[in-house]
Amino acid sequence: MITTDKAETAAVTLPAPRTSPEAHEPRRPRKRRAWDEVPRWQIYLPLGIYLLFTLIPFYWILLFALRPAGSTSLVPWPMTFEHFEMVWTERSFGAYFQNSVLVGIATLVMTTVIALAGGYALARFDFKVKQAFMLALLCSQFVPGALLLVPLFEIFGNLQLINSLGSVIIAETVFQLPLSMILISNFIKNVPVSLEEAAWVDGCSRFRAFCAVVLPLLRPGLIAVGSFAFVHSWNHFLFALMFLNNPELQTIPVGLNTLMSADSVDLGALAAGGIIAAVPVVIVFAFIQKWLITGFSAGAVKG
Amino acid sequence: MAQAAAVAKPPAPPAPPGRRRRGSSTPRRLPYLLIAPAALLMLGFIAYPVLSVFYYSLQHYNPTKPWRDGFAGFDNFVRAFTDDPLFWDTLLFSAKWVFVEVGLQLFFGLALALIVNQTFVGRAIGRALVFSPWAVSGVLTSVIWVLLYNSQTGITRYLADLGIGSYGTSWLSDTATVFPAAIVADLWRGVPFFAILILADLQSVSKDLYEAAEVDGAGRVRQFLHITLPHLKDAIVLSTLLRMVWEFNNVDLLYTLTGGGPAGETTTLPLYVATTSVDAHDFGYASALTTVAFVILLFCSVLYLRLSKFGRDTTK
Repeated sequence: MITTDKAETAAVTLPAPRTSPEAHEPRRPRKRRAWDEVPRWQIYLPLGIYLLFTLIPFYWILLFALRPAGSTSLVPWPMTFEHFEMVWTERSFGAYFQNSVLVGIATLVMTTVIALAGGYALARFDFKVKQAFMLALLCSQFVPGALLLVPLFEIFGNLQLINSLGSVIIAETVFQLPLSMILISNFIKNVPVSLEEAAWVDGCSRFRAFCAVVLPLLRPGLIAVGSFAFVHSWNHFLFALMFLNNPELQTIPVGLNTLMSADSVDLGALAAGGIIAAVPVVIVFAFIQKWLITGFSAGAVKG
Repeated sequence: MAQAAAVAKPPAPPAPPGRRRRGSSTPRRLPYLLIAPAALLMLGFIAYPVLSVFYYSLQHYNPTKPWRDGFAGFDNFVRAFTDDPLFWDTLLFSAKWVFVEVGLQLFFGLALALIVNQTFVGRAIGRALVFSPWAVSGVLTSVIWVLLYNSQTGITRYLADLGIGSYGTSWLSDTATVFPAAIVADLWRGVPFFAILILADLQSVSKDLYEAAEVDGAGRVRQFLHITLPHLKDAIVLSTLLRMVWEFNNVDLLYTLTGGGPAGETTTLPLYVATTSVDAHDFGYASALTTVAFVILLFCSVLYLRLSKFGRDTTK
């Protein structure tokens, strides 16, 4: 795959330079190397402008969360945590936080384990329904959960799972699975079969060989997939809104929506709630960032 | 492609591995066992709901008007296409939303990825900051931009001080400004997605190619057009496609930011479906609208895959 890819890129690109010498030949060669000699201002100027666009909104929500109610100061000083205390206890964000963590971790574990099993089958076996199954995976990417709310509501009703976190966990897992499985099967394909075979020859069972040889090599990929599943279910709003009517079972995004749609919005509380919602995601993100790029470049995007 | 044989692929060298495999399940059944949990979940919670949507789209089904329930033929579809201007409005808005949003995200995402792919002082922190909105949820994005667009205390007030916009109304409640306001809010979160995926793919471009092109006298623009862009093509196609579907289905942000308003100005088709089923309880009609949305999504995806010839070399 990788080799064909490179060969093809080369095939596309090589003819191009060959036509150019007549146009402007001996002037530049070797004087500059394109990938590290872009003028500095061409990097810092657009980057700086874009950073303003990215960071001002973050600053704005921090400002509202940290300055006292009614203040119009543009710096969060004197700093206060009254909004956080208020939101955490009076608006029960403490309980929402627990629910969200539970849903996020359960989704992460279920998605990763199920996708790992399926991804291994797809990467290492040929079996009768494989093509059909692959097609089903690809197609289900295009099925929006938002449009299936009514039938899903009925199903969970029949399973007695309405007003239980179980419904949200199952729904989040199901809609995370297809992409996760495709990604993981690509990661496994990148691990040479010969490594496993060597373990088999040494007398390992398929399962033990997988755990000892393949699993450690999948670490960046699994971290990328797992954190994706966690962040997604942490952020997702619609399933929890639909399937959980009991206020004690709500998740953080639903709590935020409640704050936002109140008649007179308490902006300080809203901002504090937003920051509570962001903290775990920011932590996960900071932790996985380097894995994320490796994880994706290890074949995530390529079929 | 010897599928019928249903034999494990890796132990291609015929004799030894077959004997070494142990464990309770025979290799013939193993792959089926491995995909069984995923397959069952997807059958139960994706395939079955989709089929039931198709079924209900041919029914009158409204819990608040049970006396009308029953087979409807194509009534629901006829109603959508001939008798419901809202359907066309929301469809049109969906198209506008998806094309503007994804187009801008791709443009800025590509530019951003190219910039942070350069070597420069402060690159690591620059990347981290630029990508940070990626993980922010639709609801939290709404929270942030509600604060920014607030007419009394938002940043738009300070813009009004500078003569941009007016003091009176929030950008989100003015029909003239709500579309760009929502677009910008979603861009803030969507651009990093493209930037991350494209940056990941940029890592695998061989530097030799650039060196060769350099020696042959190709300038930066030519290198971009003939080396970088062809290399990125598959990644761009796939992420654009996924993003279009996601933006089409993006209910979280618009639901919480504008609620589809003002005056239905920002209601996408999925949002309309949600309100039709949740508020009006007209499940039959909502199912018909959903079916239409499915057909559109399917058609767009197939067309897009064909046009871009994606999957050409995935056959190996």
